[in-house]
Amino acid sequence: MPVPRCSGPCGGVRPAALRRPRTGGAVCRSCFCNAFEAEVLTTLQTGRLLPPGAIVAVGASGGKDSTVLAHVLRALDARHGLELDLRLVAVDEGIGGYRDAALAAVRRQAARWQLPLTVVAYADLFGGWTMDEVARRAAQEPGRARACCTFCGVLRRRALEEGAQRVRATHIVTGHNADDMAETVLMNFLRGDSGRLARGGTLGSPGEGGALPRCRPLQFASQKEIVLYAHFQELDYFSEECVYAPEAFRGHVRDLLKALEAARPSVVLDLVHSAERLALAPAARPPPPGACTRCGALASRSLCQACALLDGLNRGRPRLAIGKGRKGLGEEGEEQSCASKDRGRPIRAGAIQAF
Amino acid sequence: MCQVGEDYGGPGPAELQPKLSWRGCEQKCMKCKEGLPVLIIRAGDAFCKDCFKAYYIHKFRAMLGKNRLIFPGEKVLLAWSGGPSSSSMIWQVQEGLSRESAKRLRFVPGIVYIDEGVVCGQSPEERAKTVTEMKLILQTVGFPYHIVSLEEVFNLPTSVLQPVSQGPRGSENTYKEAVDGFIQQQQQQQRVPEEGGREAVLSDEQIQEKLRQLSTQDPVGQEEVTGDSLPRPAQIMALMTLFSSVKTLTAREELLQTLRAHLILHVARVQGYSKVMLGDSCTRLAIKLMTNLALGRGAFLAWDTGFSDDRHGDVVMLRPMRDYTLKEIAFYNRMFGVPSVFTPAIDTKAPEKASIHRLMESFILRLQAQFPSTISTVYRTSEKLVKAPRNGDAAGAATARCLLCMCALDIDSADSATAFGAQTLEHLAQKPSPAPAPPTGASGRPCCAQGTRLQQDCCRDTRPLSEREEPRASFIEQLCYSCRVNMKDVGLGEAGDPRILV
Repeated sequence: MPVPRCSGPCGGVRPAALRRPRTGGAVCRSCFCNAFEAEVLTTLQTGRLLPPGAIVAVGASGGKDSTVLAHVLRALDARHGLELDLRLVAVDEGIGGYRDAALAAVRRQAARWQLPLTVVAYADLFGGWTMDEVARRAAQEPGRARACCTFCGVLRRRALEEGAQRVRATHIVTGHNADDMAETVLMNFLRGDSGRLARGGTLGSPGEGGALPRCRPLQFASQKEIVLYAHFQELDYFSEECVYAPEAFRGHVRDLLKALEAARPSVVLDLVHSAERLALAPAARPPPPGACTRCGALASRSLCQACALLDGLNRGRPRLAIGKGRKGLGEEGEEQSCASKDRGRPIRAGAIQAF
Repeated sequence: MCQVGEDYGGPGPAELQPKLSWRGCEQKCMKCKEGLPVLIIRAGDAFCKDCFKAYYIHKFRAMLGKNRLIFPGEKVLLAWSGGPSSSSMIWQVQEGLSRESAKRLRFVPGIVYIDEGVVCGQSPEERAKTVTEMKLILQTVGFPYHIVSLEEVFNLPTSVLQPVSQGPRGSENTYKEAVDGFIQQQQQQQRVPEEGGREAVLSDEQIQEKLRQLSTQDPVGQEEVTGDSLPRPAQIMALMTLFSSVKTLTAREELLQTLRAHLILHVARVQGYSKVMLGDSCTRLAIKLMTNLALGRGAFLAWDTGFSDDRHGDVVMLRPMRDYTLKEIAFYNRMFGVPSVFTPAIDTKAPEKASIHRLMESFILRLQAQFPSTISTVYRTSEKLVKAPRNGDAAGAATARCLLCMCALDIDSADSATAFGAQTLEHLAQKPSPAPAPPTGASGRPCCAQGTRLQQDCCRDTRPLSEREEPRASFIEQLCYSCRVNMKDVGLGEAGDPRILV
C-alpha cells in the first residue's frame, strides 16, 4: 500500500510520516512539527497565558512532557519574539532509582539549551522527608493503600512554588497534556472531589493570594503527539515510570482512557470540554483561599495541604491529613507558626519545621 | 483509593470480607433486630424480608414526596423497557395506588413500551413474540398502555424538536395548595357522591373510573399522520438503513436514545401526559454520568442524570428509581415476584471495547467490586450538579437549543481558549491540498469520506467546501458539542438524520 502524501500546508511534496491521532490526517514530519508548535502558540495567545517580559519557571522533570514543553517554548520564543525568560526548575523527591536518573537528563538538557537550572529537594525543604521515607512510613499501616501519590503531588507543587520563588519567576508552567486533564476529571468524579471539579477545567490558576499564576501550554496536545514530536526532534528525555506508579489509582483511569481512545479518538478532548462546562452547586465550590498559618502559602483551610501532610507524618500518623475530619491538626506547635508579614512569600528553605 | 472526604483507604484486593466475623444464624436484621436477615445491601446492612420491603417502598415514596413535582390527579406516563428497573418501578406505582386512602399515590398512570426489535437485530417473529409477552404482563397490571415501535419515529412531527416553554414554575406553596385542595375535594366528594365536579382535580373514585374507561391499547400512529408517512415495511427498511449507516456503536446507542426520547415525548404529548417516569437505577445513572462525561456532555449532566429533566418544557421526565442500586432491585424483584421480560438491547453480546458505553460500564462495575463505594460516590457527586445556564447568562428561551438533545448549546465559537477551540484549529490546519492527489480522510470534512461519487468532484473542484456541504453544515451548527461528535459518525447518505427531522 503506497504511503499517502502529506495533506498539510506543504502540499503533498513529502510523504506522510504519521497520522494525527485525533483527526486521522496524514502529515509529514515538518508539517506536523509546525502544526504542533502553532497549536501551542495559539493556546498561549488565546489564553493570554504568558505576557511579554514574563520570567517563566518551567517545571522540568526530565520526562517527555516537560522536555517538549521547554523545547517548544524556547523555539517559539526565538521565532516569534515572545520575550520570555525561561528558567528550569527541577524537583528532587528523593525516589531512589528513578529521580536521580531523571535529574541527570534535566542537567543535560539545561546544558544543551543553555537555560539556568535550579534543583529543589524535598529533603531540604521538608525537614528531611524524602518520598522513599514517606513510603516506608505510610506502609506501616497494614491493609491500606499507601497513597504515595497524594503526598508526592502536594509536596511537589509546594516545592515547585518554592523553586519558582527562588528564581524570581512571575509564572509557572508545567507540561500537563490533554490526556492528563482527561484522566483528572474522571478521577475527580470517581473520588467525589467536587471541590477540584469546581475549580478545574480552566487554563490553569490565575494566581490568587500571592501564589504564582500557573498554566499548562500543552493542555490541548495529545500525549501521542508529544511523544512523536519528541521523537522527530530527537529530544533527549527520561522515559521510565515512577517506582510507585503501579499503586496509583490513576493507573486504572489511564487504562480506561486508552481503551476509550480506541473506541473514539476524540474522547480526550471531549472530556476536557466536559470538564470546562461542569456546573456545580455553589455550596460544593471551595471557599476563597487564604494563607496557611504555618508557612504562608495559599491554603483553603488554616493549614495548607503540604503542612497538614507533613504534620501527619511527623506525628507518626501519616493518614492524618488524608480524608475528612482533620482533628488534631494544628494543635501542637501553634507558637511556632511563623506566617510571614508579606503574605504568600513563603519562608526560606528549611523553615518548614519538623518537630 | 484516596477517597476525598472519607477516611476510607479501601481494602486491598485480597481483603474484601467485612470486618464482622460471620456468626451465621446469630446475626439479626439490623432494623427490627428480630428477623433473620435475607440479604445485605450497601456496605453490610443486613435486612430481613419484611424490613427490606418496607425500606424499598419507603424509598420510592420518599423520592416522590421529597421532590414534590407530581401534583395530585396528574397523568404520568411510565416508560417501560421490560427490564428489571422499570418493571420494579411499575410495581411500586401499583403498590402505591392500592393503599388506603390517606397514603395513596395520587396520580393517573399509563405505560408506554417501545419496541426496538428492529435495531437490535430481531426477526419479525421474535418481535411479535416479545410483544405478546409484554402484553400479557401489561394486561395484568391494568394501567392503560401504549405499545409503539421505533419505526414510528418517521411519523413524528417536527414539533417534537421544539421545546414548549413551561411558564413560571409553581413554588412550594402551589404544591401545598394543590394537595390541600385535592384533599378537600376528596372529602367533599365523599359527602356528595354524585359526579359533576370540576375536571381539574380528580378524586380517587374518578381516577379509578378514568382508568376503567380509557381504552387499554392506543397505538400512536393513527392520530398524527404527517404529510409523507411511509408504510410499515418501508419504515423498517428506512430505520435499518439509518442505523447501519452509523459507523460506531457509540453513535448508534446515542442515536437510539435520542429517537427513543423523542418517541416517548411524543406519546406523552399526544395522550396528555405531563410527566414521564423513567426507570434508571443508581448503578445505571452512575455509569451514564461517566459515559456522558466521556461523550462531551459535561454541561448537561444535571439534566441527563438528575431527578427531573425539564428540557422539553411541557413534559417533565422523572427518575424515581435513581436511589436504588441494581442489587436491591434484583433482590426485590426476585423475592416479591415482579415480572419482567428480557429483550436484547443494541449492545447485547457486543465486545467490551465496542463502544464508550460498554467500556464505561465494565470499568465502573469492575471498580465497584474493588472499591465498594465507587457508585455511591459518583451518585453523591451527581447530586451536587446544578442546571446552571452557561456563564451565568439569564436562563430561558433566549439561548439557542441543540436540535437533537434539546439542551442549551454549550459551544461558544467566540471563546477559542477551550477544547472546542483547539479542535477547530486542528481542522482548519488540515486543509486538503488543491493538488489533484486524492484527498485522504482528513478532519471533519465529510465530503471526501462519503462514497466515491463525491470524491472525484472533490479532486477537481476548487470551490470552497462550505458551498457544497451547505445543508449539512447548517444542520451541524445547531447542535451541541456531543451531538456534533455523534453526527460525525452518522453517514451523510441516503437516510441521513436531517431528513427525518427537518
